[in-house]
Amino acid sequence: MAKITAGVATSHVPAIGAAIDLGKTQDEYWAPLFRGYEFSKQWIRENPPDVVFLVYNDHASAFGMELIPTFAIGCGESFAPADEGWGRRPVPDVIGHPDLAWHVRQSLAEADFDLTIVNEMDVDHGLTVPLSLMFGQPDAWPCKVIPFAVNVVIYPPPSGQRCFNIGKAIRKAVESFDEDLNVQIWGTGGMSHQLQGPRAGLINKEFDNDYLDRLVTDPESLAAMPHVDYLREAGSEGVELVMWLIMRGALDDKVEVLHRFYHVPASNTAVGHLVLKNSA
Amino acid sequence: MALEKPYMDIPGTIVFDSDVARRGYWINRFCKSLMDAGNRDRFRADERAYLDEWPLAEEQKKALLDRDYNRVLELGGNVYFFSKLFFTDEQSFEQAASAMTGMPREKYREMMLNGGRSPDGNRFKKEWEGG
Repeated sequence: MAKITAGVATSHVPAIGAAIDLGKTQDEYWAPLFRGYEFSKQWIRENPPDVVFLVYNDHASAFGMELIPTFAIGCGESFAPADEGWGRRPVPDVIGHPDLAWHVRQSLAEADFDLTIVNEMDVDHGLTVPLSLMFGQPDAWPCKVIPFAVNVVIYPPPSGQRCFNIGKAIRKAVESFDEDLNVQIWGTGGMSHQLQGPRAGLINKEFDNDYLDRLVTDPESLAAMPHVDYLREAGSEGVELVMWLIMRGALDDKVEVLHRFYHVPASNTAVGHLVLKNSA
Repeated sequence: MALEKPYMDIPGTIVFDSDVARRGYWINRFCKSLMDAGNRDRFRADERAYLDEWPLAEEQKKALLDRDYNRVLELGGNVYFFSKLFFTDEQSFEQAASAMTGMPREKYREMMLNGGRSPDGNRFKKEWEGG
């Protein structure tokens, strides 16, 4: 059967993608950030997943005002990188795993989580930057990827508790899939950042580091945090962190921290990164 | 009974809730159209003519033409939609954010390199009053 073996949390700032694409990773500004992912790149080479279940948010690229799903699962065969206003990122298309994706969507519907099924969409930096951070610049991504998009653009996003619960349901769904597959779940976005208005540039290291601690040891308490606390403490875009709770909900109650990294700044954003392994 | 909006007392922040999303519907439709390279070319060739194709209020058009970022947000623009416009302008998110704070870009960058804007003194509108 398929099994979720590990979880990865990472921010997904567009400027990180630009730094990779333009060969600036060794610049003085960017080098400390990319050093923080060296362990993870080595680890994932040694522990390659068959499928990454990638929780991210679309930034008004695939979903505009025309149609805004709260939870959407990519069930298609492949997904191209989006043109977000400066042309498409020079990264490979994302190859999906339709059989598993359709299986998960049916299982989740039976668990009262009604997903929007997406067969055709482009994927923006929210999905491709984490792949670049973990896999570098290959000609083809080394595994299948199931995009799982969460609305965090229109307020309010789903609650932390709902995200945590859907993570648990995703785990059940994956584990009821017959094929032997090594599946990782990634939660992306965050950490503290505000991209808009006179308060832009807000960073809260204390909040972020507490979040990294509790995501490992006490995720239930984070699941109970109201959105306004994220907005006030971690900036208006910091609320993306609820997506990390989906990842955490899909893992064991006890996890082993293989790697933890925190860095300020990447453009306007605090970058947080965890590699978590199911301890069982 | 009205919805509770406990986020309304956060300073310097416009939360993209239902009311704001309604207000900014056409701003955001316009911004997203700039994901198409052909539309970007048409917009660059004649910004006013391109904006006139959309049922925007005059003050919305003006704010967009002036690149008055905070005014665009007030009139319902969402920063992720809006980013298609400043990417079209070949501006980075960092440049756009610094413009919204009213700080020169170098000063903003320096603030970020020094750990960003502290939440202290920036959590409640009342902390900004009289400042």
